[in-house]
Amino acid sequence: MKPAPFVHHAPRTLDEAVAVLAEVGHDGKVLAGGQSLIPMLSMRLAAPAHLVDINGVAGLDSLTVDGGYVRVGATVRHRGVERSEEGYAVLPLLRQALLNVAHPAIRNRGTTVGSIAHADAAGEMPSIAVLTDAVIEVRGPQGSREIAAGEFFTGPLETELAADELVTAVRFGRFAPGTRTGFVESARRSGDYAMAGVGVALTAAEGTVTAARASFVSVTDVPDVLDLTPVLAGASAGDIASRSDDLVTAVREHVAPEGDIHATADYRRMLAAELTRRLVAEVMSR
Amino acid sequence: MTTKMFGAPIKRREDPRLVTGGGRYLDDLGHTAYEAAFVRSPHAHARIVDIDVTDALETPGLVGIWTHEDLDGPVGENLPLLIPHPALIAPATGFALAKDEVNHVGEAIVLVVAENRYAAEDAVARIRVDYDFLPVVVGLETARTAANLVHDHAPGNISAHLLQEVGDVETAMAGAPHRLSLDLAIERSACMPMEGKGVYARWDTDAEHLTLWSSTQTSTGVRAAVAARLGLPLAKVDCITPDVGGGFGVKIMHPWPEEVLIPWAARLLGHDVKWTEDRREHFISSAHERGQLQEVEVGFDDEGRVLALDVKFWHDNGAYTPYGIIVPIITATQLLGPYKPGAYRVEFWSMFTNTVLVTPYRGAGRPQGCFAMERTMDAIADYLGVDRAEVRSRNFILPEEMPYDHGLMFQDGRPLKYDSGDFPASLAKLKALVGWDDFAPYREQAASEGRRVGLGIGCYVEGTGVGPYEGAHVVIETSGRVNVATGLTTQGQGHQTAFAQIVADELGVPIETVHVTTGDTRRMAYAVGTFASRAAVMSGNAIALAARAAKAKALKIAADALEVSEDDLEIIDGVIGVKGLPEASMPIGTTAVLSNPLRYAFDEAAKAATQFAGTFDPDKPPVADDEEPGLEGKDFYSPTQATFANGMHAAIVETDPVTAEIKILRYCVIHDCGTMINPMIVEGQVHGGVAQGVGGALYERMVYDEFGQLLNASFMDFLIPYASEVPHVEADHLETPSPLNPLGIKGAGEAGCIPVSAVIASAIEDAEGFPITSMPISPGDLWELRQQHDRGELPSLRRTTAESAKEKS
Amino acid sequence: MNTSVATHDAEALVPVHVTVNGAPYGASVPARRLLSDFLRHDLRLTGTHVGCEHGVCGACTILLDGEPVRSCLMFAVQAVGHEVTTVEGCGTIESMGPVQQAFTECHGLQCGFCTPGFITTITAFLKENPAPTQDEAREAISGNLCRCTGYQNIVKSVLRAAEIAGEQAGKTR
Repeated sequence: MKPAPFVHHAPRTLDEAVAVLAEVGHDGKVLAGGQSLIPMLSMRLAAPAHLVDINGVAGLDSLTVDGGYVRVGATVRHRGVERSEEGYAVLPLLRQALLNVAHPAIRNRGTTVGSIAHADAAGEMPSIAVLTDAVIEVRGPQGSREIAAGEFFTGPLETELAADELVTAVRFGRFAPGTRTGFVESARRSGDYAMAGVGVALTAAEGTVTAARASFVSVTDVPDVLDLTPVLAGASAGDIASRSDDLVTAVREHVAPEGDIHATADYRRMLAAELTRRLVAEVMSR
Repeated sequence: MTTKMFGAPIKRREDPRLVTGGGRYLDDLGHTAYEAAFVRSPHAHARIVDIDVTDALETPGLVGIWTHEDLDGPVGENLPLLIPHPALIAPATGFALAKDEVNHVGEAIVLVVAENRYAAEDAVARIRVDYDFLPVVVGLETARTAANLVHDHAPGNISAHLLQEVGDVETAMAGAPHRLSLDLAIERSACMPMEGKGVYARWDTDAEHLTLWSSTQTSTGVRAAVAARLGLPLAKVDCITPDVGGGFGVKIMHPWPEEVLIPWAARLLGHDVKWTEDRREHFISSAHERGQLQEVEVGFDDEGRVLALDVKFWHDNGAYTPYGIIVPIITATQLLGPYKPGAYRVEFWSMFTNTVLVTPYRGAGRPQGCFAMERTMDAIADYLGVDRAEVRSRNFILPEEMPYDHGLMFQDGRPLKYDSGDFPASLAKLKALVGWDDFAPYREQAASEGRRVGLGIGCYVEGTGVGPYEGAHVVIETSGRVNVATGLTTQGQGHQTAFAQIVADELGVPIETVHVTTGDTRRMAYAVGTFASRAAVMSGNAIALAARAAKAKALKIAADALEVSEDDLEIIDGVIGVKGLPEASMPIGTTAVLSNPLRYAFDEAAKAATQFAGTFDPDKPPVADDEEPGLEGKDFYSPTQATFANGMHAAIVETDPVTAEIKILRYCVIHDCGTMINPMIVEGQVHGGVAQGVGGALYERMVYDEFGQLLNASFMDFLIPYASEVPHVEADHLETPSPLNPLGIKGAGEAGCIPVSAVIASAIEDAEGFPITSMPISPGDLWELRQQHDRGELPSLRRTTAESAKEKS
Repeated sequence: MNTSVATHDAEALVPVHVTVNGAPYGASVPARRLLSDFLRHDLRLTGTHVGCEHGVCGACTILLDGEPVRSCLMFAVQAVGHEVTTVEGCGTIESMGPVQQAFTECHGLQCGFCTPGFITTITAFLKENPAPTQDEAREAISGNLCRCTGYQNIVKSVLRAAEIAGEQAGKTR
């Protein structure tokens, strides 16, 4: 299991990176953390002629809290986001979800932005991107543009990104005051891709829910948001259990899992609903 | 008296090297060797129409490409049938490179050698093979229908059929007050050592000599097979086993195609060649195990005593049978565990499928047999409403019945005769350890919290230390250093420590002076291999005997020199002394000096043995007629039969009432492998075995699709448990010595994994209230079973029905 | 037999200079050379082992600037300018590091193939959490596969290594 030959490009600036990408076009692939890409290269499931390694590109390696956003640069490792106290203070959901991403050794190298660009519906961070109404910052030969997370993902492993474009950062949106979040998933082994996972954001005023939303891992082909406000509005920690049936029904209707060798579609649907029920109860009880 | 080493938890002597990066595994050798890669069949059953290598010839770094038609002489012939058996009516073995036809995905078709593995894989990617597809047979159900055949010479896809019967099962069954039938299944799994296989060959053109390193469990076996294939005298082939990164059975199979081809290519090219198996190759080209379908019929009395046991099973042997029918034979015989059914009949069919071949994996057919027997015991207990442990104890062979002959033939062609064991004592210990009798209140407490828990049990007996023999060579140098060589190989069992413990005690020397070599045919050319939990029993005893021989010679020499009787001598800390007379003594190294009459003094110590030193009897030759120079001992241990270790496990599991996720809360082990050389190592073996068992029970399966593609051929999808999935093991030991060998030991290597699937099934069944008949089981599987149970397609356990009836009334 | 026909375009080589275990190393390798192969075969530091080459088993785990990463999921060229620590850098037979010493005391290894990846992983973990609980110790090693030990004695080794490191820190203080 050794990769096929490729030309390694190591641009130092964003302009260089974009220029190289434009030059190599469809024969090129961006290399950031490489934790999904390199296994595919080693198994020769992919054999791009050029790798554009952005790890040395200046200015992509910072995490900043900026107004309403947590902005994560393209070469910030998962572990950097997970450990950021600044990020955690304003958006705890990032750490809550990242702790479920593979194992620490993978998170030390893999990038949060890369996992969003990879757009695997079994990945945690695409789901978090949509849940937080994130903005994907993109740079291409025509300059910069921004894509809302809700429009970024177009299919399994497919995005709005053009072959000559590069995601330079993702801005995760902060929730309204009074919002509590949680994330839970169930995998066969610790660190495996989840059979199902869910993140929730519950906004409450004076102990009752005013807004609620959820997004899922591994049970939708494209990450999207389920608005749970109609189901949970007005609920309090004391009577949240009375909403369980409606909540479970809403999730079951929303998700569209596919079966694989680890779990059937029916099982995943059940699991997504039950995990959501438990997570909502847990978040409410905090 | 020197501190006794035997029986002590001595720290492993191999570890300082291994923890500091000093291990030498196969791929750590031969940095300048050419490297090999293979075109392997992507199809499970096909005729090879054409192989086009034209494009690949342009690959930078390529050295050579070979297909079957390039293989000359025996290299091109069918690989050997290693273990023939009269019941193996339609054996089949493959070729080193496929000839005309492929029978499983992963079968090697083209050998590529290049300057490095990257270039070799580049060339592989550029070779085109055209196939005519043939119908594919995957799974035992499909194989049994025989609508399509794997091999034309094997009608019904049956490679072997064997029936053994003790007593009159039909009559006993007919007369039994109660009868039950069970349909059971175990899926495929595999050893999955962390290091795959690997071969490195060096051909010395001048000496016409082959030195071969293989990550194998039998260096003598590989040496003999390679010599035969390459037409070389045995004297011109050495096989060395370097550090091996785990075996668990898959590396006892030999010669693998690569073990033949790599040395062949090295000789042809006059250049070192190496092949390091990658993980994907290991999944699709190295052996699997476990897959069986079983039908059990049991007749029993009101007490739950088994009067008749009638077992039929179908064993998936994959595409070829080079290792014979060892695995199903072991299932058929070891199924009986600690029990003595009134009459027993077992019949199996070993079946061809278009999947990679099946050879022993730790436990080697025993986990399947144990599963059948223990599921049966639980079924009897449930049927009668008797405690599950109690039903087992009523069927136990008792200590006073030992040795107990089952009247069956074991895997070594010898009688299945248990040497010793105290099953009631093991059970009592297990029940105390897990709190068997206190489980009911625990369950009630859990239920009141909305939790669902279950308790499971499983018992097994394991034939260990099978023959035919192992040998040992002990050489004491003039410095007092003791060199021990035994031919079988090491894959992490701590042989350098355990064997040194034996020698230190036998000779009375410090363990630091003892150096053990395993798996090197230059040092010990006669050996069988490391499998069947046999290393400690076979080589351990051979080493003890060889050490005793060396000691006898040392004492004889010292007695002459000190002018005392041998009976008055003792060896303490490497010094031979007269009992009670500390001043009359000599280091054991001095006897080594004296044992070897010299003409030349190469160092100070040697002077004492030269021809003008000291006095001698001029009428006697320097080396006595019945002696050899040197202080050595060599001996072999060849037992008449296997020793039988045993154990009993219990587990408490919790199943999530909604998601059906399964968690092992406690795992308890009672283990009896006779006298223990090093209890720390034994316990480590048990832990590792249990972890593999847990993998086999809850996580690991080989998922083939109908086309024979292995869908989970990676560590992403073949779920070896991490630490997060393996429970803490609570283990306790019983030591019932084997009367069969000088050290009283039995094997321990495989024990831990044998009953785990049975135990976990028992516990899940207990938690759920309906029968568990197929393993492994995932949360999704359990959830599906619940649906079936809710729909009335799966019966409740009787005890559950009784309980709910009680509650209703 | 089909032998190769002499001249082909040889693959371009990239000079790679890295600091490994505190010492500078350099070699020219193809861009596709995995860091694991570079360490093992170009630098001949064979303590780092390769168990799956897809990042799951953890046998190849090294420390990159002190943080555990899979060396099979990096190219050698990407290590330029970084500090790499392998198991060889965690101690020697004469002077074992606390984790190595703990493994020998607790029977934390059997075949030893996965061990280097555990040792690097645990070394980094104990820097972050010098006094872990048993559960934390178990979680810390849950990204590395071992097929021999059942992990129990590795968990024990983590706890023992923490003790040894604590004792050593106490002594130097």
